[in-house]
Amino acid sequence: MTDITHDASAGLFEARRGVVARSWDWARTNLFNSVLNSLLTLMIVYLIVRLAVPLINWAIVDSTFVAQNDAACKAAGGACWAFIGNWGRFLLFGRFPDPERWRPALVIVIFAAMMLMSSRVRLSGKTLFIMWGGGVAGSVALMFGGFLGMPYVETELWNGVPLNLLLTVGGCGFAFPVAIFAALGRRSRMPAIRWLSVAYIELFRGVPLITVLFMATVMVPLFLPTGVTIAKLWRAEVAFTLFFGSYLAEAIRGGLQVIPRGQYEAADALGIGYWRKTRLVILPQALAISIPSLVNTSISAFKDTVLITIVGIFDLLGDVNSAMNAPEWRSAYWEGYTFVAAIFFAVCFFMSRYSQSLERSLSRARPGPRRK
Amino acid sequence: MAVDVRGSLRGAALGGTWWRDPRVRSLGYQIGSVAIVTALVAYFAHNASVNMARQGIASGFGFLDREAGFEISTALIPYSPADTYGRALLVGLLNTLVVAAVGCVLTTIFGVLLGIARLSSNWLLRQVTLWYVEIFRNTPLLLQLVVWWDLLRISAPGPRDAWQILPNIFVSNRGLAYPVPVWHEAHIWMLVAMLIGICLTILVARWARQRQERTGEQFHTILAGIGLVVLPPLAVFLAAGAPLDLDKPALAGFNFQGGVIISPEFAALLFGLVANTSAFVAEIVRSGIQAVSWGQTEAAGALGLRQGQVLRLVVLPQAIRVIIPPMTSEYLSLTKNSSLAVGIGFADFVSVANTEMNQTGQAIEVITILMAVYLTISLAISAAMNVYNKYMALVER
Repeated sequence: MTDITHDASAGLFEARRGVVARSWDWARTNLFNSVLNSLLTLMIVYLIVRLAVPLINWAIVDSTFVAQNDAACKAAGGACWAFIGNWGRFLLFGRFPDPERWRPALVIVIFAAMMLMSSRVRLSGKTLFIMWGGGVAGSVALMFGGFLGMPYVETELWNGVPLNLLLTVGGCGFAFPVAIFAALGRRSRMPAIRWLSVAYIELFRGVPLITVLFMATVMVPLFLPTGVTIAKLWRAEVAFTLFFGSYLAEAIRGGLQVIPRGQYEAADALGIGYWRKTRLVILPQALAISIPSLVNTSISAFKDTVLITIVGIFDLLGDVNSAMNAPEWRSAYWEGYTFVAAIFFAVCFFMSRYSQSLERSLSRARPGPRRK
Repeated sequence: MAVDVRGSLRGAALGGTWWRDPRVRSLGYQIGSVAIVTALVAYFAHNASVNMARQGIASGFGFLDREAGFEISTALIPYSPADTYGRALLVGLLNTLVVAAVGCVLTTIFGVLLGIARLSSNWLLRQVTLWYVEIFRNTPLLLQLVVWWDLLRISAPGPRDAWQILPNIFVSNRGLAYPVPVWHEAHIWMLVAMLIGICLTILVARWARQRQERTGEQFHTILAGIGLVVLPPLAVFLAAGAPLDLDKPALAGFNFQGGVIISPEFAALLFGLVANTSAFVAEIVRSGIQAVSWGQTEAAGALGLRQGQVLRLVVLPQAIRVIIPPMTSEYLSLTKNSSLAVGIGFADFVSVANTEMNQTGQAIEVITILMAVYLTISLAISAAMNVYNKYMALVER
């Protein structure tokens, strides 16, 4: 093993051997390297076969792709993908008026394009900011309509996937400045500022999201002056903003904590004030370090947006639940949930892989983890 | 303070105007921000009192003494709809605490096993656990809970054709039914015998450690401990004539009678939370073990330790320090996530509070109670884990 020439000749020898022999070797080292592992391998293979065969039968062999109701599917005995086929647009866009459904569809495309752009192309911070800000503002305008001949659509009818996307990006977008101030405030030397920041962060991190949503939907109307109402969607958005803000603040604080003291002292020595020091020296470094945890927080934010169904706003999960209330598709819940799970999995898996690659490139770029 | 001196020097150098003095500015910022927050709170409070007066809702916590009038299916303490709102909240809180406590224990066991399996030398096991983790981490928890619930409620068979997963343990759409031993006098003596065994084990362990430090001789503490803890209760059990009657669940009419029956809602919440949080715990455990440098394992191997000893004596004690802080936040998130019970109709603290909010309109009071209680639970878990963390850190030399 230690001898290089031996290794090289082994490699040559390896290449000349047949595929079967090589895969047998691979299996010996990776699957059957001990008695326990061999038993384990056999057990897992047995379980996979036991589970996979019925699953494939259900999902593909016995499934129905075209049907008018679930009776036809029940006769075939498998998955009822016809439900997704017939109701797919309702699941994605909810009660958004039918001839106008290209608008939420376009919103989904805009968000997908922005996500791809941000992860595949190197863009400056300013470009990213303009792109996402413009994208979100444009999407909201597109959803509202009321210009260029597009009929006005009230927020009650904004359902489905665009809602999950807007709540996530809008929530995190507004939460970001809140989080920066809270994170800076928590490290401030001024006791009143520090305690207010700590109180905000710990309050929202200490309670479940659903209580914050209840607060926004049930309690906030009581706090507004008589006669003033704010649409439920915006109140929920404020709740998400405050909630995500506290988590993002802790992510940013993590970044602030690893900035060496020398950076602060050097900036002080230059005689620039607190705000310029923070904006030009500290934050650019701290934010770069905290990007992976910021992305991770956004992933959980995206998954958390489904909680909005509990307070009666119909996102993707809410749409699936209400579609299954249709009498002719009552038994199609597995198909509906598979559909929701697949969408969330695709987005979150993509984002988490992106975050991992960021983490790797960041750890390459910096000489080492924090130096004291 | 050095900072103030430096700051006021700079203020003086810039012309000495008083508003340039950092001390004045700092005071100004603090008074300003406190004033803004106070004004906002006062404004909201004023609006709330006006609105509530207009809607005829009496403010205050007096409603807690009124009759609740709604059913709660799972209650650990006696509860009927004639009881008060306050007692209903207590029932909900106890349900939440039980789910959180049982959930945290099961999650730790399952998550650690998964985390170790993620690092197995068996490729197939690594792949299976990898995909388990990816699927459970990348889909919303609420969706997972709803799926578990539907699995137990709709896809599971009726009590007549219940799945018998283990002898006398039944899964049906009425929940999970399992047997419990019938109480017998001898059981308390078994417990006493076991406690004595535990005390003896501690003494033996201390003696063995001292002897090993003195002479280097090892003692099979674990085997002796198992013997001391298991054998005396067993002896008492046999001496008493093996009084073991199981209260088995049996089909009676349309449902099971006897044993303990866990409702589908509770089971779905518990399974869902454990399955989900374990995926996160697995990653924490994996990265914690990987954080211990490979040199440690090699050095331990060079000292002649066996593989199990390397893991137990060298790797895990170091990994645990990396693992504890993120584990704390997983316990916290499991506890907070148990509030998603409201989405699947289990009467946890939030569900009960939500019902009360809808019935009484006392939104502010109920949400205040909710937040205060969750904050207390969160702080208690953090405090407990900090104590454990300190205890583990003390071992460091």
